[in-house]
Amino acid sequence: MTVRAPPYVIVGSGIAALSAAEALRERLPQAAIAMISEEPHDFYSRPGLAYVLRGDFPEKRLFVRTPKDLRDLNVERITARVDRLQCEQNELVLANGQRVRYACLLLATGALAVPPTFPGHDLVGVVKLDGLDDTRHIIALAKRGKSAVVIGGGITALELVEGLGARGLKVHYFLRGDRYWGDVLDEAESSLVMDRLRHEGVVIHTKTQVAQALGAGGKLTGVKTQAGAHIPCQVLAVAIGVRPRADLARQAGLKVEKGVLVNQFLQTSVPNVYAAGDVAEVFDPRSGTTTLDVLWPTALAQGKVAGANMAGERRPYSKGVAFNVTMLTGLKVAIIGAVGGGKNDDLVAIMRGESESWRLLPKSWVISDRDDANRVRLLVGERRLVGALVMGDQSWSRPLQRLIVGQADITPIRPALLESGMASLTQLAAFYQQWERSQTPDIPSGLSRSS
Amino acid sequence: MFDWLFGSKPACDQPSTATSAAARPPWAALSLESRHEVLSEAQVVPEAANCVQCGCCTYNCPMGIDVRAHAWRGLPVRDSHCLTCSECVKRCPRGVLRFERIPLLTRK
Ligand SMILES: Cc1cc2nc3c(=O)[nH]c(=O)nc-3n(C[C@H](O)[C@H](O)[C@H](O)COP(=O)(O)OP(=O)(O)OC[C@H]3O[C@@H](n4cnc5c(N)ncnc54)[C@H](O)[C@@H]3O)c2cc1C
Ligand code: SF4
Ligand code: SF4
Repeated sequence: MTVRAPPYVIVGSGIAALSAAEALRERLPQAAIAMISEEPHDFYSRPGLAYVLRGDFPEKRLFVRTPKDLRDLNVERITARVDRLQCEQNELVLANGQRVRYACLLLATGALAVPPTFPGHDLVGVVKLDGLDDTRHIIALAKRGKSAVVIGGGITALELVEGLGARGLKVHYFLRGDRYWGDVLDEAESSLVMDRLRHEGVVIHTKTQVAQALGAGGKLTGVKTQAGAHIPCQVLAVAIGVRPRADLARQAGLKVEKGVLVNQFLQTSVPNVYAAGDVAEVFDPRSGTTTLDVLWPTALAQGKVAGANMAGERRPYSKGVAFNVTMLTGLKVAIIGAVGGGKNDDLVAIMRGESESWRLLPKSWVISDRDDANRVRLLVGERRLVGALVMGDQSWSRPLQRLIVGQADITPIRPALLESGMASLTQLAAFYQQWERSQTPDIPSGLSRSS
Repeated sequence: MFDWLFGSKPACDQPSTATSAAARPPWAALSLESRHEVLSEAQVVPEAANCVQCGCCTYNCPMGIDVRAHAWRGLPVRDSHCLTCSECVKRCPRGVLRFERIPLLTRK
């Protein structure tokens, strides 16, 4: 059976899908738009799941759009898994055998946690955190459990550690290497986070890997480590990275690397098929490279561009400087531009809330503080700042974002920046104020009258 | 000229380190200003691009203002019910919200 052909079809119901639908609707008030997703829920904030897991607020607060908002958008919502994409027929095949034709298609299928492969990985109690259903499942398990093991690096692993801890479980956190998030944080930053976790009662096991998940009657009872230790637990949460859901595109013969390859207009190798969000690997003609981001703001921005282009515009997506603010053990951490370079043993794929560009090692110097929870780390390039990490007090994060995004020429203060950290921040403050004044009219008002 | 910036902290002679507790930039002064000033002159302003729509702000607003909806559209909270209590600013896990002085022309 083939249902009628809505010209615009979107696969997915995440932020890339929603922002594309809104962009399309804005331009084409009459067009038929369909959104197909296997998730039955109304639109919710995926990053917000971490806070629901921790018990910060009730689940119903996650829903960003009311059913009425969605009705007003006049998008036909189909709950089904899409099993196949047939580009020659301009058609999708759903799990129930139904076919849906399209004139123009958007793949906004997101990314999924990489599943573990150790023996026992399919026991009840071995969990991942991708969506609302996972969150509900973990909360239910936590009610009955006493202790948990978390493996992986990056933000999602930490959110699991903190969420399970907040639900009263004794949490064991396994790291393959000797420190947390080694490819983005420097040693001092890692140990700061690790100390705070220990202080909260988390047991950190460095250089530790799961050999096997142990169970009885299909349920998890513990883990055995590669060193032979046995740790009883009822929850084993795995966050070793995510992988774009590119299988539909791959089977259909679209060009796929890690993600679905798209040009700067977010078009795949088949012109009437677009991709946006976590699933898309975007070509940047300026650098000649492709990047994969697993970030909400990127997915939102790409959805908007894809929607506009599907409606007939020709708008390039230009990747901004990667920017993310997140909470690590209650500390606000802003990561701007390139900061990394180390290696991360806890990941087999890119992490959520991460941009590949953070891991590029710039030729640069690091100015950082040693032992305070409030830290500023600057990565100083040849003529401009290429990255910054601001931990704790966020007063510096907006100015640094402005300087990095604005590619301010720091030549006048570069020697000072490289010479001494403390004095250089004084000079940087003065430099920033001057630079900002030269950037009128967009003056951040915090400055406009206090200076 | 920048004495206020570093207060009386002793200068650090370690190259390429900085005690950032002492490194509060001048604009940080805004957040340290008297509560009175915040109450009378400031509004909550979002940096829409960084908002992940989690809803922590709206959930914690004692006045039931839908701060998240403002953040989605990038609009300042110009709601007369806003107490400028800063709950939303403090609770936002992404540092999206900040206080900004109300521009002169629109001041109530
Ligand atoms: C716990 C958690 C914390 C996060 N924290 C942060 C953070 O701190 N900062 C940040 O920037 N980002 C964070 N992220 C990542 C952010 O949520 C994603 O980057 C963003 O949601 C991507 O949006 P998307 O629309 O591309 O994909 P998604 O939101 O993943 O949506 C994909 C949709 O496609 C559907 N789908 C896929 N394949 C099919 C198919 N074959 N058939 C039918 N439907 C299909 C899925 O069901 C899903 O609804 C976090 C994510 C999680 C889970
Ligand atoms: S708390 Fe912050 S990130 Fe969350 S919805 Fe509000 S403004 Fe956006
Ligand atoms: S400052 Fe207080 S009253 Fe105003 S929007 Fe934020 S939480 Fe609500």
